[in-house]
Amino acid sequence: MSRKVLDRLLKRFGEAVIEVHDQFGDETAVVVPERWKEAALFLRDDTQCAMDHFVDLTAVDYLGRQEPRFEVVLHVRSMEKLHRFRLKTRVDGEHPRVDSLCEVWRGADWFERECYDLFGVEFDGHPNLKRILMYEEFEGHPLRKDYAARRAQPLVPYREEALDKLPPFDFTEGMPFGRQTHAQLKREREDGPPQNVLGFEEDN
Amino acid sequence: MGEVKKSSVVLEGTERGFATTRFEDLLNWSRKYSLFQYPFVTACCAMEFMALASPRFDMARFGAEAPRFSPRQSDLLWVVGTISQRQAPILKTIYEQMADPKYVLAFGTCASCGGFYDNYTTLPGIDKVVPVDVYVPGCPPRPESVIDGLLLLQDKIQRGDRSPGVVKPRMDPVQKVEQLVELRRPERRS
Repeated sequence: MSRKVLDRLLKRFGEAVIEVHDQFGDETAVVVPERWKEAALFLRDDTQCAMDHFVDLTAVDYLGRQEPRFEVVLHVRSMEKLHRFRLKTRVDGEHPRVDSLCEVWRGADWFERECYDLFGVEFDGHPNLKRILMYEEFEGHPLRKDYAARRAQPLVPYREEALDKLPPFDFTEGMPFGRQTHAQLKREREDGPPQNVLGFEEDN
Repeated sequence: MGEVKKSSVVLEGTERGFATTRFEDLLNWSRKYSLFQYPFVTACCAMEFMALASPRFDMARFGAEAPRFSPRQSDLLWVVGTISQRQAPILKTIYEQMADPKYVLAFGTCASCGGFYDNYTTLPGIDKVVPVDVYVPGCPPRPESVIDGLLLLQDKIQRGDRSPGVVKPRMDPVQKVEQLVELRRPERRS
Protein backbone atom coordinates (compact mmCIF):
# COMPACT_ATOMS: atom_id res chain seq x y z
CA MET A 1 0.00 0.00 0.00
CA SER A 2 2.80 2.37 0.82
CA ARG A 3 4.86 1.10 -2.09
CA LYS A 4 4.10 4.34 -3.90
CA VAL A 5 5.58 6.35 -1.05
CA LEU A 6 8.74 4.27 -1.11
CA ASP A 7 9.10 4.72 -4.84
CA ARG A 8 8.78 8.47 -4.56
CA LEU A 9 11.28 8.55 -1.72
CA LEU A 10 13.78 6.45 -3.68
CA LYS A 11 13.34 8.66 -6.71
CA ARG A 12 13.90 11.80 -4.69
CA PHE A 13 16.74 10.66 -2.43
CA GLY A 14 18.35 7.85 -4.41
CA GLU A 15 21.79 7.22 -2.96
CA ALA A 16 20.88 8.54 0.48
CA VAL A 17 18.60 5.54 1.04
CA ILE A 18 20.81 2.78 2.42
CA GLU A 19 18.34 -0.03 2.67
CA VAL A 20 14.70 -0.83 2.01
CA HIS A 21 12.50 -3.68 3.12
CA ASP A 22 8.87 -4.33 3.91
CA GLN A 23 7.24 -6.15 6.73
CA PHE A 24 3.55 -7.05 7.01
CA GLY A 25 2.71 -4.71 4.16
CA ASP A 26 4.48 -1.68 5.60
CA GLU A 27 7.49 -0.34 3.72
CA THR A 28 10.63 0.75 5.50
CA ALA A 29 13.46 2.92 4.25
CA VAL A 30 16.76 3.54 6.01
CA VAL A 31 18.28 6.92 5.17
CA VAL A 32 21.63 8.43 6.07
CA PRO A 33 21.42 10.60 9.21
CA GLU A 34 22.48 13.74 7.31
CA ARG A 35 19.27 13.74 5.29
CA TRP A 36 16.97 12.55 8.07
CA LYS A 37 15.07 15.77 8.51
CA GLU A 38 14.93 16.44 4.80
CA ALA A 39 13.37 13.02 4.20
CA ALA A 40 10.82 13.68 6.95
CA LEU A 41 9.92 17.02 5.41
CA PHE A 42 9.51 15.35 2.05
CA LEU A 43 7.20 12.74 3.54
CA ARG A 44 5.06 15.43 5.08
CA ASP A 45 4.92 17.93 2.21
CA ASP A 46 4.87 15.79 -0.90
CA THR A 47 1.32 15.67 -2.21
CA GLN A 48 1.45 11.95 -2.94
CA CYS A 49 2.85 11.09 0.52
CA ALA A 50 1.01 13.64 2.67
CA MET A 51 2.11 12.12 5.97
CA ASP A 52 0.21 14.36 8.34
CA HIS A 53 -0.02 11.98 11.30
CA PHE A 54 3.04 11.43 13.46
CA VAL A 55 2.65 8.05 15.15
CA ASP A 56 5.83 7.11 16.95
CA LEU A 57 9.51 7.81 17.25
CA THR A 58 11.87 5.56 19.13
CA ALA A 59 15.28 3.97 18.95
CA VAL A 60 16.78 0.50 19.01
CA ASP A 61 20.19 -0.41 20.41
CA TYR A 62 21.94 -3.12 18.37
CA LEU A 63 25.06 -3.29 20.51
CA GLY A 64 27.43 -5.88 19.11
CA ARG A 65 25.02 -6.95 16.40
CA GLN A 66 25.12 -4.09 13.97
CA GLU A 67 27.27 -1.10 13.10
CA PRO A 68 26.33 1.72 13.56
CA ARG A 69 24.88 0.85 16.91
CA PHE A 70 21.65 2.86 17.19
CA GLU A 71 18.69 2.88 14.88
CA VAL A 72 16.21 5.72 15.21
CA VAL A 73 12.79 4.65 13.98
CA LEU A 74 9.98 6.92 12.84
CA HIS A 75 6.43 5.77 12.16
CA VAL A 76 4.14 8.08 10.23
CA ARG A 77 0.74 7.76 8.68
CA SER A 78 -1.39 9.71 6.25
CA MET A 79 -4.90 10.50 7.33
CA GLU A 80 -5.66 11.63 3.82
CA LYS A 81 -4.16 8.85 1.70
CA LEU A 82 -4.57 6.17 4.39
CA HIS A 83 -1.11 4.68 4.20
CA ARG A 84 1.70 4.14 6.68
CA PHE A 85 5.43 4.40 6.36
CA ARG A 86 8.46 3.63 8.49
CA LEU A 87 11.63 5.68 8.22
CA LYS A 88 14.87 4.71 9.93
CA THR A 89 18.34 6.08 10.29
CA ARG A 90 21.51 4.72 11.85
CA VAL A 91 23.76 6.64 14.21
CA ASP A 92 26.72 5.70 16.31
CA GLY A 93 28.92 6.78 19.19
CA GLU A 94 28.56 7.57 22.85
CA HIS A 95 26.52 10.68 22.03
CA PRO A 96 24.74 9.88 18.78
CA ARG A 97 23.30 12.95 17.09
CA VAL A 98 20.50 13.32 14.63
CA ASP A 99 18.31 16.25 13.54
CA SER A 100 15.19 16.95 15.54
CA LEU A 101 11.82 16.52 13.84
CA CYS A 102 9.97 18.91 16.14
CA GLU A 103 9.65 21.48 13.36
CA VAL A 104 8.20 18.88 11.04
CA TRP A 105 5.67 17.34 13.42
CA ARG A 106 5.11 19.05 16.76
CA GLY A 107 4.15 15.74 18.32
CA ALA A 108 7.75 14.58 18.04
CA ASP A 109 8.74 16.73 21.02
CA TRP A 110 8.09 14.32 23.90
CA PHE A 111 9.03 11.27 21.85
CA GLU A 112 12.46 12.72 21.21
CA ARG A 113 12.83 13.58 24.87
CA GLU A 114 11.94 10.00 25.80
CA CYS A 115 14.41 8.73 23.22
CA TYR A 116 17.10 10.98 24.66
CA ASP A 117 16.24 9.92 28.20
CA LEU A 118 16.30 6.19 27.66
CA PHE A 119 18.81 5.80 24.81
CA GLY A 120 20.90 8.94 24.91
CA VAL A 121 20.26 9.91 21.30
CA GLU A 122 20.65 13.69 21.04
CA PHE A 123 18.38 15.63 18.73
CA ASP A 124 19.83 18.78 17.18
CA GLY A 125 17.40 21.66 17.18
CA HIS A 126 15.09 20.28 19.84
CA PRO A 127 13.62 23.18 21.87
CA ASN A 128 13.79 21.50 25.28
CA LEU A 129 15.95 18.39 25.26
CA LYS A 130 15.97 17.05 28.81
CA ARG A 131 14.90 13.91 30.62
CA ILE A 132 11.19 13.16 30.60
CA LEU A 133 10.73 9.86 32.48
CA MET A 134 13.79 9.49 34.69
CA TYR A 135 14.97 12.06 37.19
CA GLU A 136 17.69 14.62 36.54
CA GLU A 137 20.12 12.89 38.92
CA PHE A 138 20.00 9.67 36.93
CA GLU A 139 23.29 8.70 35.32
CA GLY A 140 23.40 6.98 31.98
CA HIS A 141 20.60 5.79 29.76
CA PRO A 142 18.76 2.74 31.06
CA LEU A 143 17.57 1.14 27.83
CA ARG A 144 21.05 0.93 26.35
CA LYS A 145 22.28 -2.62 26.19
CA ASP A 146 25.40 -1.79 28.19
CA TYR A 147 23.39 -0.44 31.13
CA ALA A 148 23.56 -3.09 33.87
CA ALA A 149 20.13 -4.70 34.19
CA ARG A 150 20.06 -4.60 37.98
CA ARG A 151 21.62 -1.19 38.49
CA ALA A 152 19.28 1.06 40.44
CA GLN A 153 20.02 4.66 41.37
CA PRO A 154 17.91 5.44 44.42
CA LEU A 155 17.13 9.07 45.11
CA VAL A 156 16.86 8.53 48.85
CA PRO A 157 19.38 6.26 50.54
CA TYR A 158 17.91 2.96 51.65
CA ARG A 159 17.28 2.53 55.36
CA GLU A 160 20.11 0.81 57.16
CA GLU A 161 17.97 -1.99 58.48
CA ALA A 162 16.34 -2.44 55.07
CA LEU A 163 16.46 -5.97 53.81
CA ASP A 164 17.56 -7.11 50.41
CA LYS A 165 15.02 -8.45 48.03
CA LEU A 166 14.81 -12.21 48.21
CA PRO A 167 16.17 -13.96 45.11
CA PRO A 168 13.69 -15.30 42.58
CA PHE A 169 12.21 -18.76 42.89
CA ASP A 170 14.34 -21.70 41.88
CA PHE A 171 13.83 -25.44 41.65
CA THR A 172 13.51 -25.76 45.42
CA GLU A 173 10.44 -23.53 45.52
CA GLY A 174 7.60 -25.42 47.16
CA MET A 175 9.98 -27.59 49.17
CA PRO A 176 10.00 -27.01 52.91
CA PHE A 177 13.51 -25.60 52.73
CA GLY A 178 12.78 -23.78 49.48
CA ARG A 179 12.78 -20.16 50.54
CA GLN A 180 15.74 -18.31 51.89
CA THR A 181 15.24 -16.09 54.89
CA HIS A 182 16.51 -12.61 55.37
CA ALA A 183 18.71 -13.89 58.21
CA GLN A 184 20.31 -16.33 55.80
CA LEU A 185 20.94 -13.63 53.25
CA LYS A 186 22.56 -11.44 55.86
CA ARG A 187 24.78 -14.29 57.01
CA GLU A 188 25.76 -15.01 53.43
CA ARG A 189 26.69 -11.39 52.87
CA GLU A 190 28.97 -11.52 55.90
CA ASP A 191 30.40 -15.04 55.72
CA GLY A 192 30.24 -15.85 52.04
CA PRO A 193 28.01 -18.40 50.33
CA PRO A 194 26.85 -21.41 52.33
CA GLN A 195 28.68 -24.69 51.95
CA ASN A 196 26.51 -27.59 50.84
CA VAL A 197 23.36 -26.47 52.64
CA LEU A 198 21.14 -29.19 51.25
CA GLY A 199 23.52 -31.97 52.21
CA PHE A 200 23.45 -33.56 48.78
CA GLU A 201 26.62 -35.27 47.70
CA GLU A 202 28.44 -33.66 44.84
CA ASP A 203 28.02 -35.26 41.44
CA ASN A 204 31.40 -35.97 39.94
CA MET B 1 -3.15 -13.09 64.94
CA GLY B 2 -1.33 -12.61 68.17
CA GLU B 3 -2.86 -13.71 71.43
CA VAL B 4 -4.73 -10.98 73.23
CA LYS B 5 -3.41 -10.55 76.71
CA LYS B 6 -5.87 -10.75 79.55
CA SER B 7 -5.06 -7.30 80.77
CA SER B 8 -5.95 -5.77 77.43
CA VAL B 9 -9.62 -6.83 77.57
CA VAL B 10 -11.52 -3.68 78.40
CA LEU B 11 -15.11 -4.87 78.77
CA GLU B 12 -16.67 -8.18 77.92
CA GLY B 13 -19.96 -8.14 76.07
CA THR B 14 -22.19 -9.24 78.93
CA GLU B 15 -20.37 -7.45 81.70
CA ARG B 16 -21.95 -4.49 83.36
CA GLY B 17 -20.75 -1.86 85.67
CA PHE B 18 -17.12 -0.91 85.41
CA ALA B 19 -13.92 -2.67 84.58
CA THR B 20 -10.39 -1.85 85.45
CA THR B 21 -7.65 -1.72 82.87
CA ARG B 22 -4.37 -0.09 82.27
CA PHE B 23 -4.29 3.34 80.73
CA GLU B 24 -2.00 2.17 77.94
CA ASP B 25 -4.38 -0.58 76.97
CA LEU B 26 -7.32 1.76 76.87
CA LEU B 27 -5.34 4.16 74.72
CA ASN B 28 -4.28 1.41 72.32
CA TRP B 29 -7.81 0.09 72.20
CA SER B 30 -9.15 3.45 71.16
CA ARG B 31 -6.32 3.89 68.68
CA LYS B 32 -6.92 0.66 66.88
CA TYR B 33 -10.58 1.40 66.21
CA SER B 34 -10.09 4.93 64.96
CA LEU B 35 -7.45 4.64 62.26
CA PHE B 36 -7.52 7.64 59.99
CA GLN B 37 -5.91 6.59 56.77
CA TYR B 38 -3.88 8.31 54.12
CA PRO B 39 -4.20 6.37 50.85
CA PHE B 40 -0.98 6.72 48.87
CA VAL B 41 -2.47 5.14 45.79
CA THR B 42 -0.27 4.81 42.73
CA ALA B 43 -1.31 1.80 40.68
CA CYS B 44 -3.85 -0.89 39.87
CA CYS B 45 -4.20 -2.07 43.49
CA ALA B 46 -6.37 1.03 43.84
CA MET B 47 -9.25 -0.96 42.36
CA GLU B 48 -9.11 -3.37 45.26
CA PHE B 49 -8.74 -0.48 47.64
CA MET B 50 -11.96 1.00 46.28
CA ALA B 51 -13.69 -2.34 46.67
CA LEU B 52 -12.46 -2.46 50.23
CA ALA B 53 -13.78 0.98 51.04
CA SER B 54 -17.15 0.45 49.37
CA PRO B 55 -20.15 -1.20 51.06
CA ARG B 56 -19.55 -4.80 50.04
CA PHE B 57 -16.37 -5.24 52.07
CA ASP B 58 -16.77 -2.07 54.08
CA MET B 59 -13.58 -1.21 55.83
CA ALA B 60 -15.58 1.11 58.06
CA ARG B 61 -16.65 -1.91 60.11
CA PHE B 62 -13.17 -1.95 61.58
CA GLY B 63 -12.99 1.69 62.40
CA ALA B 64 -10.70 2.47 59.49
CA GLU B 65 -13.27 4.56 57.79
CA ALA B 66 -12.23 8.10 57.20
CA PRO B 67 -9.62 8.75 54.53
CA ARG B 68 -7.74 11.96 55.24
CA PHE B 69 -5.90 13.42 52.31
CA SER B 70 -3.51 15.20 54.57
CA PRO B 71 -0.71 13.25 56.21
CA ARG B 72 -0.89 15.47 59.28
CA GLN B 73 -4.34 14.22 60.15
CA SER B 74 -3.81 10.52 59.52
CA ASP B 75 -2.48 7.58 61.50
CA LEU B 76 -2.24 4.88 58.88
CA LEU B 77 -0.39 5.17 55.58
CA TRP B 78 -1.70 2.77 52.95
CA VAL B 79 0.88 2.39 50.22
CA VAL B 80 -1.20 0.98 47.42
CA GLY B 81 0.75 0.11 44.31
CA THR B 82 4.15 0.35 42.68
CA ILE B 83 6.53 2.99 43.99
CA SER B 84 9.12 4.15 41.49
CA GLN B 85 12.52 5.48 42.48
CA ARG B 86 11.30 8.89 41.47
CA GLN B 87 8.38 8.72 43.89
CA ALA B 88 10.43 7.43 46.82
CA PRO B 89 11.38 10.89 48.18
CA ILE B 90 7.70 11.91 48.08
CA LEU B 91 6.69 8.82 50.02
CA LYS B 92 9.36 9.50 52.57
CA THR B 93 8.23 13.12 52.98
CA ILE B 94 4.63 12.02 53.43
CA TYR B 95 5.68 9.54 56.08
CA GLU B 96 7.74 12.13 57.92
CA GLN B 97 4.85 14.58 57.89
CA MET B 98 2.54 12.17 59.67
CA ALA B 99 2.11 12.70 63.39
CA ASP B 100 3.17 9.97 65.77
CA PRO B 101 1.91 7.29 66.39
CA LYS B 102 1.87 6.30 62.75
CA TYR B 103 1.55 3.00 60.98
CA VAL B 104 2.31 1.83 57.46
CA LEU B 105 0.60 -0.92 55.53
CA ALA B 106 2.16 -2.20 52.30
CA PHE B 107 -0.75 -3.08 50.06
CA GLY B 108 0.09 -5.67 47.40
CA THR B 109 3.21 -7.28 46.07
CA CYS B 110 4.69 -4.19 44.44
CA ALA B 111 4.61 -2.15 47.62
CA SER B 112 5.92 -5.08 49.64
CA CYS B 113 8.91 -6.06 47.52
CA GLY B 114 8.71 -4.45 44.10
CA GLY B 115 7.00 -7.46 42.54
CA PHE B 116 8.24 -8.39 39.11
CA TYR B 117 9.52 -4.86 38.44
CA ASP B 118 13.07 -5.90 39.18
CA ASN B 119 14.79 -3.09 37.32
CA TYR B 120 16.25 0.40 37.34
CA THR B 121 13.03 2.26 37.82
CA THR B 122 11.15 0.63 40.70
CA LEU B 123 11.78 0.72 44.42
CA PRO B 124 12.20 -2.92 45.57
CA GLY B 125 9.72 -2.62 48.42
CA ILE B 126 8.76 0.45 50.39
CA ASP B 127 10.57 -0.90 53.45
CA LYS B 128 13.74 0.41 51.79
CA VAL B 129 12.48 3.92 52.56
CA VAL B 130 9.94 3.76 55.39
CA PRO B 131 9.40 1.15 58.11
CA VAL B 132 6.43 -1.09 57.37
CA ASP B 133 4.10 -2.63 59.95
CA VAL B 134 2.07 -5.03 57.85
CA TYR B 135 2.73 -6.51 54.40
CA VAL B 136 -0.27 -7.71 52.42
CA PRO B 137 0.81 -9.92 49.51
CA GLY B 138 -1.19 -10.40 46.35
CA CYS B 139 -1.32 -8.95 42.88
CA PRO B 140 -3.68 -7.39 43.73
CA PRO B 141 -4.69 -8.79 47.13
CA ARG B 142 -8.26 -9.87 47.70
CA PRO B 143 -10.15 -7.49 49.99
CA GLU B 144 -10.40 -10.33 52.52
CA SER B 145 -6.65 -10.56 52.79
CA VAL B 146 -6.39 -6.81 53.22
CA ILE B 147 -8.95 -6.97 56.01
CA ASP B 148 -6.85 -9.73 57.53
CA GLY B 149 -3.84 -7.42 57.31
CA LEU B 150 -5.83 -4.62 58.91
CA LEU B 151 -6.82 -6.92 61.79
CA LEU B 152 -3.18 -7.91 62.19
CA LEU B 153 -2.32 -4.25 62.43
CA GLN B 154 -5.05 -3.66 65.02
CA ASP B 155 -3.69 -6.56 66.99
CA LYS B 156 -0.27 -5.06 66.79
CA ILE B 157 -1.49 -1.67 67.95
CA GLN B 158 -3.30 -3.30 70.88
CA ARG B 159 -0.07 -5.01 71.91
CA GLY B 160 1.69 -1.67 71.80
CA ASP B 161 4.21 -3.16 69.40
CA ARG B 162 6.02 -0.55 67.31
CA SER B 163 8.68 -2.73 65.73
CA PRO B 164 8.66 -2.98 61.93
CA GLY B 165 7.07 -6.03 60.42
CA VAL B 166 9.14 -9.06 59.49
CA VAL B 167 8.21 -11.53 56.79
CA LYS B 168 8.44 -14.93 58.35
CA PRO B 169 9.16 -17.94 56.15
CA ARG B 170 6.94 -20.95 56.39
CA MET B 171 9.77 -22.83 58.01
CA ASP B 172 13.16 -21.58 59.03
CA PRO B 173 15.59 -23.99 57.37
CA VAL B 174 18.31 -23.19 59.85
CA GLN B 175 16.25 -24.36 62.80
CA LYS B 176 15.27 -27.57 61.03
CA VAL B 177 18.67 -28.92 60.16
CA GLU B 178 17.77 -32.46 61.19
CA GLN B 179 15.02 -32.48 58.56
CA LEU B 180 17.47 -31.40 55.93
CA VAL B 181 19.74 -34.26 56.83
CA GLU B 182 16.90 -36.68 56.19
CA LEU B 183 16.82 -35.48 52.60
CA ARG B 184 20.33 -36.78 51.97
CA ARG B 185 20.28 -39.35 49.22
CA PRO B 186 23.36 -41.54 49.63
CA GLU B 187 22.12 -44.49 47.55
CA ARG B 188 21.64 -42.35 44.45
CA ARG B 189 24.26 -44.06 42.36
CA SER B 190 23.06 -47.59 43.03
